[in-house]
Amino acid sequence: MAADAILTAVGLTKEFKGFVAVDDVNLSVERGSIHALIGPNGAGKTTCFNLLTKFLQPTRGKITYKGDDITSMASADIARLGLVRSFQISAVFPHFTALENVRIALQRKRGDSYDFWRSQTVLNQYNDRAAELLADVGLTEFAEVQAAELPYGRKRALEIATTLALDPEMLLLDEPMAGMAEADVERITALIKRIAANRTILMVEHNLSVVANLSNRITVLARGKVLAEGPYEEVSKDPRVIEAYIGAGHG
Amino acid sequence: MAGETRVAKAITPKSLSYAQGMPRHHLALFAAFLTIAVLAPFFLYPVFVMKVLCFALFACAFNLLLGFGGLLSFGHAAYFGSASYIAAHSAKVWGLTPELSILAGTVVAAFLGLIFGYLSIRRQGIYFAMVTLAFAQMVYFFALQAEFTGGEDGIQAVPRGELFGFISLEADRAIYWLVLAIVFFGILFLYRIVHSPFGQVLKAIRENEPRAVSLGYQVNRYKLATFVISATFAGLAGGTKALVFQLASLTDVHWAMSGEVVLMTLLGGMGTIFGPIVGATVIITMQNYLATFGAWVTIIQGVIFVIGVLAFREGIIGVLSRKIKKPL
Repeated sequence: MAADAILTAVGLTKEFKGFVAVDDVNLSVERGSIHALIGPNGAGKTTCFNLLTKFLQPTRGKITYKGDDITSMASADIARLGLVRSFQISAVFPHFTALENVRIALQRKRGDSYDFWRSQTVLNQYNDRAAELLADVGLTEFAEVQAAELPYGRKRALEIATTLALDPEMLLLDEPMAGMAEADVERITALIKRIAANRTILMVEHNLSVVANLSNRITVLARGKVLAEGPYEEVSKDPRVIEAYIGAGHG
Repeated sequence: MAGETRVAKAITPKSLSYAQGMPRHHLALFAAFLTIAVLAPFFLYPVFVMKVLCFALFACAFNLLLGFGGLLSFGHAAYFGSASYIAAHSAKVWGLTPELSILAGTVVAAFLGLIFGYLSIRRQGIYFAMVTLAFAQMVYFFALQAEFTGGEDGIQAVPRGELFGFISLEADRAIYWLVLAIVFFGILFLYRIVHSPFGQVLKAIRENEPRAVSLGYQVNRYKLATFVISATFAGLAGGTKALVFQLASLTDVHWAMSGEVVLMTLLGGMGTIFGPIVGATVIITMQNYLATFGAWVTIIQGVIFVIGVLAFREGIIGVLSRKIKKPL
């Protein structure tokens, strides 16, 4: 285990009926690093994400975040601790404007919004900060556009802006580049690099050039198990990894 | 569940001009609603207009849960009906003043909403609907069997009494103003809830529940709060209705009543502000003026509903809202 691990999973296992999706995974994410989780389709990467953020309940194993055991906590409570995830399918609020999307995250600063008797104009106090966050991801001109009408790459950018609005200590990004055009990939890569300056990031990503470019450390999953772990140069030369990706007999 | 339901789109806030904390066209529509409601009893039978008003409030309360919370309850008659019985019993047997009778009914409805809501929000979609229906059926059988509810007869000849103990409400024209005040401010309050910081979170949950969770919102608490508020206002409508008709009966708790409020909301436009009011008006007017057709009313109502769903799925106001590109 790394000396300064912010998030660790020990013996993480998820069994579905007659099928082990994640099998005894040990993972340790160092504070301040960009850690990538890669592997062929069906390797259990997204399941792993769902377990770490408790969108799924692990069958066995223990998850600790900043030294605290979060294995039995609820998803919303984990988010409140500063461990915030994104989703593979762009997760925006489609009928909200881009500004409102970001604002709903900024609203969390008020604590719980159970005040149903108050006018929503109190939320206008977050408009400036929301505009700043949108500017950060290049969405200024789309502030008043409904999220549903944004092009795909912009939706992903909006999702990142919304996640950043919570000012999380650690981000879990599930395939941030999936389905993106090349120009968008560059923009989002630069953005992730910038936000990683004072945060920890764990990401699932298929685009290996992005992974090579961004991450300090890589964990390779295959069939629910950890196959290899280390820096990109090391892992990419590992014959087992090559075999898992390309198949036996081709490597 | 939220993904399957079509909801009228919200439109960008900057394109609308605001006054009194709401878009100007909403203010104008509320003013129009109030004007019509003030003039109506001079041209129409007041009891009929009061029935429309009570059901408008009932439908608006239901719409908070369905249209803004994305939760389809198929047991809202439980709250409407139980409040109706409690208000009738309070006024007739305990001799409470009308405002206290209605309050008693509303409080009981809120309490039932808290228990049933707590137990049903753990389920999703159709299972949620089935659980709410099951609880409503329990209330129905209670109303059928209990002593004080009067079984098949219900509670009849409920005195309207005197407001605050000195303003007689026995005349239709007198109670009308109380009903209008309750309904108008009730709907305004529901409007405020939708446009509050709470309402904003609620809509976010409807739009994308996992994302709301990942932002740290404890969605079940928001859903429960919405369920209780919705049940409370359904109760307010039911209690008021009992005094208007001077009657609480099994019709109020019957599952058909739960169905009717779904119908009103969908026909008018779920997730819109004014849709449920229009839906309730259309359905009650139809029932009233087509009453001479007897059992055919149900069939005519069914046909209109089918046409409605096929031709304008977003409901009357939903379609209108899309046409003029403004939220209604």
